[in-house]
Amino acid sequence: MAIFLTESSKVIVQGMTGSEGQKHTARMLASGTQVVGGVNPRKAGTSVDFPAHDGGTVAVPVFGTVTQAIAATGADVSVIFVPPAHTKAAVIEAVDAGIPLAVIITEGVPVADTAEFFTYARAKGTRLIGPNCPGLISPGKSNVGIIPADITGPGRIGLVSKSGTLTYQMMYELRDLGFSTAIGIGGDPIIGTTHIDALEAFEADPETEVIVLIGEIGGDAEERAAAYIQAHVTKPVVGYVAGFTAPEGKTMGHAGAIVSGSAGTAQAKKEALQAAGVKVGKTPSETAAIARALLS
Amino acid sequence: MDLFEYQARDIFEKHGVPVLGGVVATTPAEARAGAEQLLGGEPGVVVVKAQVKVGGRGKAGGVKLATSAADAEAKASEILGMDIKGHTVHRVMIAAGAKIAKEYYFSVLLDRAERRCLAMASVEGGMEIEQLAVERPDALAKVAVDPLVGIDQVKADEIVAAAGFDADVAPKVAVVLQRLWDVYKSEDATLVEVNPLVLTEAGDIVALDGKVTLDENAGFRHPDHAELDDAAAADPLEARAKENSLNYVKLDGSVGIIGNGAGLVMSTLDVVAYAGEAHGGVRPANFLDIGGGASAEVMAAGLDIILSDPQVRSVFVNVFGGITACDAVANGIVAALEILGDHATKPLVVRLDGNNVVEGRRILADAAHPLVTLADTMDGGADKAAELANA
Repeated sequence: MAIFLTESSKVIVQGMTGSEGQKHTARMLASGTQVVGGVNPRKAGTSVDFPAHDGGTVAVPVFGTVTQAIAATGADVSVIFVPPAHTKAAVIEAVDAGIPLAVIITEGVPVADTAEFFTYARAKGTRLIGPNCPGLISPGKSNVGIIPADITGPGRIGLVSKSGTLTYQMMYELRDLGFSTAIGIGGDPIIGTTHIDALEAFEADPETEVIVLIGEIGGDAEERAAAYIQAHVTKPVVGYVAGFTAPEGKTMGHAGAIVSGSAGTAQAKKEALQAAGVKVGKTPSETAAIARALLS
Repeated sequence: MDLFEYQARDIFEKHGVPVLGGVVATTPAEARAGAEQLLGGEPGVVVVKAQVKVGGRGKAGGVKLATSAADAEAKASEILGMDIKGHTVHRVMIAAGAKIAKEYYFSVLLDRAERRCLAMASVEGGMEIEQLAVERPDALAKVAVDPLVGIDQVKADEIVAAAGFDADVAPKVAVVLQRLWDVYKSEDATLVEVNPLVLTEAGDIVALDGKVTLDENAGFRHPDHAELDDAAAADPLEARAKENSLNYVKLDGSVGIIGNGAGLVMSTLDVVAYAGEAHGGVRPANFLDIGGGASAEVMAAGLDIILSDPQVRSVFVNVFGGITACDAVANGIVAALEILGDHATKPLVVRLDGNNVVEGRRILADAAHPLVTLADTMDGGADKAAELANA
C-alpha cells in the first residue's frame, strides 16, 4: 500500500530539462520510479536520455504541456523543480490538467503565491505536497523528489516530517527496520499536505504499524496534529520536535520556522503531543529507539 | 522582514492609504527641522515617536507630544538612544498631530493554520491587540479572506459590518481597507496592521500607526525592498553571513555549529545543549545551515564566520550526506582548513553519515589535521564538542 505513492504511480517532471530537474530525474529513475515524461513548452517533442537500470539508456519524452503529458502517458503525479518565480504558474497548470498529486520541491516560493495555488488546488481536488520539501519515498516502490533512495528499504514505519535532512537522519537511524512511506511535507508557512493529512493516510494504510512525526518550531501544525491523534489515530505515534534552543523572532533556515512571541515554541509542541499520548524523543536517536521498541 | 513605522507609513502613502505627515530623524536637530517642516511656521503640536520594531513603546516613554519645533528637538534628544525592550532607538519619526475622535483596529495577515488570509477589525482600537483578544474577544471581528479574491468591496463591507462600525463611517473605512489590502497584496506582505486606525474630528479615516512584515521570499519581484532592510541593526557576523548567502543566526553559547538542512541544524543545536548540561552548561553558539551542496568554498566561508565569533571555543560539524556525498564534504573540510590556515584555531568535531560515509571518514582520518576529531554519531559528536568547549 504505502501512502500517496505506490509502484504504479506514473510521474512527470515539470522542470526536467533544468539542472536540478535533470539530476533528480536520473536519481528517481535509478531508484525504480516510473518517470514517464517531462514538461517544457520550448523543448516539446524532444526527449532526454537517462541511464537505465540495465546499463543502457532510457529516453524520457518532453511534452509541451502537462495536459499533453497526461494524455500521452497516463501520469498521475507531477514533481515540480521550476524556479520560485515560475512555481505558481507550474502548479496552476498541473492543477488545470487534472493531476491528482503535485509535489513541489522548489524552495523560496513567495508565500502569497503558495496561498493562491493551494486555494486553487484545494477547490479543484489536487493534492499538493510542499513547497520547499524533499518529496516522498515509498521504499522499493517509488521515489518522488530528492530523498536519497539508498538509506533504507521497505518496512512498517510511516514517517512525516517538516525537514528533509531530519527525515534522512531518522530513516538512517531506523534503516534496519524500513519504512512504508517517508514524506517530507516542507518547512514553509503554508504547505499543501500537513502532518494531519499524512497521519490520516498512515492510519488507513495496512502496511504502516508505527508512525513517526517530526516537527519544528513555528505555527501550530504540531498542536493540531496532536489533537487529531487524540481523536482519530489508533496506531502508536512517536514524536520529535526540533528547535528548543531557537531564539524568539529569528527565522531558523526554513521560512516557517520562527517563534513569534510565545507562539510556535518547541516546548509547547512537545507538551501538546505528550498530552495526546505521543511519546516524544529528546533527540533523533532517542526518538528512533522509542519507535524501534514499539515495533518489536 | 519587519518594517519600521516610518517605512510602513511611506508604503501606505504610496498605495493611497490616508496617513498624516511624517518625517524621520536620527538627531535632535533633524527632529527640529522635521517639526518646522510639518508645522510650517504655524503654532501646533507634533508627536515624536521612537522607531523600534517592538510593541509597547508608548508605555516605555518612546512617544511624546511636542508643542513646538524646539520642544520636538528636546523630546527627540530624550527618546534617541533610549532602550526599549532591548531595542536601542536610533531614529524618531516626527508626525503631525491629529485631533482624534475615535480609535479603531485593523489588520490583515497570513493565516498559516487555515492556509488563507485573515482580516481582523475592532471599533475598540488603541490597546494591544493580544490584550483585546483576551479581554474583549467579542469586540474583535475575524473574517477569513480568500487569497484569490482579496478584500474587495463585498469583503470590506463584510469586515466593517462584522466589527460594528457606525453607519456614517463604514463606507469610508471600507475604502481604506481595500487600499490596505492593496498594500498587503502588491508589496507581498504577510502582515499589515494599523493600530490605531482613527476617525479624526474632521471626519477623516487615517492610519496613525503601521506595522508591516514583508515576505523575503518575494524579494525577487521587489528590488526596492532591499533598501528597507536595516543592515545597521543586524549582528555583524549575521550581516557578513548574509553577504556570503549563508543561513546563519548568532546565539550566545560557545559551541559553533555547522550542519546541512534547517531541521537537522536546529536538532543539532538542541542535542548540543542537552550534551552541554554535563559539561558546565555550554550552549550552541550559532545556527548555520550550509545547505545541500557543502562545497569547500561554502564550508570555508561558514567556518570562517564561526571562528570569527570570539565566544566560540569548539565547533561541531554535523552533516548527513543525502544528495551530497560525505567524501565531498570531507574534502570540503580539509580544503577549508587549508584556506583558513592559521586562522583556524579551535577544535573541530566532525560527524559524517550517509552517502559515501566510509570514504568521507577515510579522507578526514588520512588528513589527520590536529584540530579535527571524528565522531561516529550525532550524540557522540555533540558530547565531544561540548566537552571541548568546556575544557
